[in-house]
Formats: sequence, C-alpha cells, structure tokens
Amino acid sequence: MAAPKYLHLDTLSLHAGQLPDPTTGARAVPIFQSTSFVFRDTDHAAALFNMERAGHVYSRISNPTNAVLEERMAALEGGVGAIATASGQAALHLAIVTLMGAGGHIVASRALYGGSHNLLAYTLPRFGIETTFVAPRELDAWRAAIRPGTRLLFGETLGNPGLDVLDVPAVAEIAHAHKLPLLVDSTFTTPYLMRPFDLGADLVFHSATKFLCGHGTAVAGVLVDGGTFDWEAAGRFPELTEPYAGFHGMDFQEESTIAAFLLRARREGLRDFGACMSPTTAWIVLQGVETLPLRMQRHVDNTRKVVEFLAAHPAVAAVSYPELPEHPDHALAQRLLPRGCGAVFSFEIKGGRPAGRRFIETLRVFSHLANVGDAKSLVIHPATTTHFRMDDAALAAAGIGPGTVRLSIGLEAPEDLIDDLAAALRASQKA
Amino acid sequence: MDLDVDGKRVFAYTGGRRFDPGLPCVVFVHGAEIDHFVWLLQSRYLAHHGYAVLAVDLPGHGRSEGPPLARIEAIADWLPALLDAARIERAHLVGHSMGSLAVLECAARHPGRVASIALLGAAFPMRVSQELLDATRVDEPAAHDMINIWSHGAYAHYPSNPGPGFWVIGENLRLMQRQRPGVLHVDFAACNDYAGGLEAAARVRCPALVLVARRDAMTPGRAAQALIQAVQGARVVEIAASGHAMMAEKPDEVLDALRAFLAQAGAAG
Repeated sequence: MAAPKYLHLDTLSLHAGQLPDPTTGARAVPIFQSTSFVFRDTDHAAALFNMERAGHVYSRISNPTNAVLEERMAALEGGVGAIATASGQAALHLAIVTLMGAGGHIVASRALYGGSHNLLAYTLPRFGIETTFVAPRELDAWRAAIRPGTRLLFGETLGNPGLDVLDVPAVAEIAHAHKLPLLVDSTFTTPYLMRPFDLGADLVFHSATKFLCGHGTAVAGVLVDGGTFDWEAAGRFPELTEPYAGFHGMDFQEESTIAAFLLRARREGLRDFGACMSPTTAWIVLQGVETLPLRMQRHVDNTRKVVEFLAAHPAVAAVSYPELPEHPDHALAQRLLPRGCGAVFSFEIKGGRPAGRRFIETLRVFSHLANVGDAKSLVIHPATTTHFRMDDAALAAAGIGPGTVRLSIGLEAPEDLIDDLAAALRASQKA
Repeated sequence: MDLDVDGKRVFAYTGGRRFDPGLPCVVFVHGAEIDHFVWLLQSRYLAHHGYAVLAVDLPGHGRSEGPPLARIEAIADWLPALLDAARIERAHLVGHSMGSLAVLECAARHPGRVASIALLGAAFPMRVSQELLDATRVDEPAAHDMINIWSHGAYAHYPSNPGPGFWVIGENLRLMQRQRPGVLHVDFAACNDYAGGLEAAARVRCPALVLVARRDAMTPGRAAQALIQAVQGARVVEIAASGHAMMAEKPDEVLDALRAFLAQAGAAG
C-alpha cells in the first residue's frame, strides 16, 4: 500500500471544506445568502435545535458558505474547527468571553495591535476582566504575571508594529505548566508562514480582513481551535466542563472530547453576542484563501527586496524586520518562520515627524490608510493612527517611535515599489 | 455517567439525558484509539427518541480507567458486566471497527443479553498491515497519520460533525492523540489477533445490521463479505461517499440506518 499523505497546504486552500454543490453541481463555493434554512419536518427541526443532527438553522449561528471557510481555515491551521466572525476583534472577543467572565485575568504581550490593546486595557476591565501586559521576549515576566484568576495567555505571532516574534513554543510551555491555554493572533503570518498549533498554541485567531482576504475588500475574522487543550484536566473552565443552563444543561467537555470550546463559543458567544460573518463576506474571504500560498510567497519576496533597499538607504535610520541580523528576534524568526517574516514591517525615517509627513505625502504607489495585508502596498504612521490612544511611554514600550513608518508590502512589481519609496525618501530629506 | 465495572470507573455518555434503565437500551462501542465522541450525534438523537443510551468509553480509553482490554473476547465478556452495572438485562449493541468485532463476539457468547447488533466498518479477518502494526508500537504519531488518512473518504463534509465549522479529519487526529500511550497498539493487536469472527457470526441469532462505507480503506467492503454471509439474515446498508469514519463523515445516513434497524429489531424482539 502506498504511503499515506495528507493534502498539501496549496491543495487544502482550494479544496478543504467544499465539494461541488450536490444540488446544482456548482464547482465554486456558492454564496448561501439566506438567513434561515427549511426543516424537513418537526422532528428534524427539533433535532437540529438540540444538536442531535448537524445542519443549519439560522445564519447568525451557522451558514453553509461560512462553514466552508471555517472548515478550510481549520484544515490550513491543523485544528479541529473554526468559527467565522464579523471581524478579527469579534474573534478575539469570542475567544475571551468563551473562557471567562468577571474576575477573569489575561496575560498578554505588550506588542499588540492597537485595537486589541484597547479591548484588553480599556473595555474588558469594565466587564471585570483584567489584563497584565508583558514584554513578549521576557519569559519570566509571563510566568510572574500569572495569578489564580488567569484564564488565558495571549500574543501575536508577529507583534504589531515592531514585529516582535512570539516564542510560541516557550510561551505555550509556560501556559501549559500553569494549565492555561495560549491564544495567538496569527494575522501577520497566516498558516502559510506559521502553523501555531504545531508549535504548541491552543487557539488561533485571524483578522481575515488582512492576508486571508488579501484584497482589502472585506472586514472579517476567524477563530480556530487546535483541539489540544484539556479543559477538564485544567480544572478552571466551568464554562466548558459543567452543565450550561443556556443549552439544556449541556456539559460541553463531556459531550465532545475535543470540541468543547467551539461548541460553547458557537452555542453561546455567537448566538448571544451575535458577531457573525455575512455569507457574502465569507465568500470574499474564500476567494483570497484560494490563492493564499501564491500571494504570501509574493508578499514575502517583494518585502525582502524592499527591506534590502531601505536598509541600505542613507535616509533610513533603522529597519525592523526579523530577517535582518540586527533584529532582536532574528534567530527565533529563523527557527519559527523559515518561509519568511511576513510583509508588514516598520522603519525609522531620519528627520522625525516632518520627514515622515513629507515621505508619506510624496508616495504615489503606496496608499496611506489604516489597514495591512492588501494586495496593494500600504503605508501608515502608527503614532497618529492605529496606536493614537497610547501615550508616549506606552508607545515606546510597544517599540514605536514618533518617526516610525509602517509598510504593508503588496503584490506590485518590486521595482515600482522601490522607485516609489526612493522618490519619497528623497523628498523626505528636503528641508 | 460514571459506572463501576469490575471495580473500575467507566464513563458512558448517555446522550444528554438522564439514563433510564426502563427504556430500550442501545450501547455504542467505539473502535481503536478513540472514545464515545465518535457517536455524539447518533447517541444524542436516540437518547431523545425513546432509548436509554450508553456510548461507552472502553477501559483505558477516554474517561474510563485502564488498562485497555487486550483481546476482542475480553471486550465481549466485559460488555455484559457493563450492562449489569447499568442495570440493563438486554441491549442493542452498535459497534464500529474494533467495536464491531466486540459486539459480534458478545452476541455469540451472551445471546441472552443482546437484542440486536449493528456492525459498522466491520471486517473479518481484521488484519492490520505489518507496517501499521509496527508503527502502533514504536511510532504512534506515524500510525495516527496512516489511520487518519485511510479513515476518511473526502476532504469536505456536509454538514460536518458534530456541526458546521468542524474539520472532521483534524478532529479524528486530535481524538486519537488524546488517548493514552500504548492503547493504540493494544487495540490494533486485538483486532489483528481476533480469529473467531466466522464462528461467532454463525452463532448470532439476533437481528443484525452491517453498515459498509463505499470508500472505506481501513476495512474495505469486500473484507466484510465473509461476515455478511455468515450472519444469518444480516441486513446490509451501504453508506455512499464515506470512508471508515462514517459516523463523522455521514452522520445522518448512519443515524437513519440505525433508526430504521432499531425500530424493526425492537418490534421483532
């Protein structure tokens, strides 16, 4: 018998979770733009509501187009399942509220997307959930921040915007030693560059708005469960291991050895908070996922050329990209991210804020906006946009300076990107 | 619920309802290196439709104390002890893969305790390739990959299991990884060594159902033919477009076949 093989990532990107439509024969994923789905009879209806049969009832809870995206993302990540959400923020929120309520505590990397920082630092405390932020490279700080109420450790695979590489195996080991799960935001890396479950993470989420969608056309999120964490052995997640009055007394862990987290997240969090993805959005994201391996390689190839150009340019004070030997996480990146360190990075322009302003306003191919992970190249000034709520001390702690410029490298001809940057750098240095 | 069987704690999922020994009882017996989770939808449905359900974790598997039982005959003799612990005199037995051999042997050895049998993914002999058997002993991750790939007939499932958004192939891998080290080889050796299948089949007198998955690469349909011929009056249902893990790949089709069979077997018995 031939040696068995799993399908490769490129093939799963196109096929996982979808067969030709059994009714119409449609090869592409159809958009099931329907709020609800007809029951065969009353018994079928009751069985669907009571999780005796699998199927779709109402598109806030599940939808056939969304399910293709969810199963495909689970396959790409090597997880057991996924939930598509209205945004990356909704995915992060869903993960947190499935695991804890008031009194819960999170230990999080300090190098986070500004939106995630807002949620953890300002909004969740209003609901009784606190977060301790730690420098992601200081493993002892992760350990020291854990306290009896801690329910989750959280970081970004590549911290935004300084590109701190999260030592996923080391932080996962700390988490597991304390019987806690590790959640990672994998938006910047996608499963093409890193599969965090293979490194020890337990939960992964993406802002699918970015590289998964890839074209700047939809706001979307996805939360994936690796199915590895033993909630019962941890002994501190009654939401998953004790009867839930909100769903017929279901004990999710007892029902489903490896699916408790997602069952609770869908049956409670998606149902009650309602931050679901629209089927059309799922379809748009799927178009991106189908070409993810091709695009990510091109994103990385272009980024390497742009980084090389900037690192040698006299108007550039520093470039922060983990493939450069001077980056503090260079060795870690070589170990965890052998295919590349993504296509979002920052650099420090000489001349501070005025030079930065002239630089951005001279660019013609790069677009100045608040997004990353588009097919088109993008530029932004974090101190005045994504991280504007942070004071200078918090900015510095996150590795951001007043002259820091963040680029998201797209799929254009790299020569055109370099020419655009060269012209803008020349302009930036004119008084 | 937890039961005490032969002095050891055994977990049996009761389908999300309190177990009522006064109802007709269906016992689900899982295959190698997995647990009750594989029966989630089918057991939950039947528990809410007039049956008392025990989707058991065999000794050493899932939440049940070990060690695993090393021979099919031992599992067959353990099942009546499980029924005793649950205060059940006679039950319908549903088994998958290794579990199918155990319920077959149980029906032959303990006919008074078995109302009917349903054999899913059955084969006799259930020979395990030497490469896989060796891997179960010395390289469990490699064995898990072989079993996982050979157990599934498709890379997409509608409406998936236990619901939309779950990746069936990933679930099966994690479920195997959750079992304790060493259980895999004990289970596969038990299947490989079992020699009494045809004799047991010839002694079965209760109603019998055989579910054959058309894309089963672990226990191909042709490997079930000798058993089908040997079990008097066996009813055969083919599950199209599914591999060995048919409860997950085609949950509705499996449930509907079981429902129809149990209704008939219940009326007969």
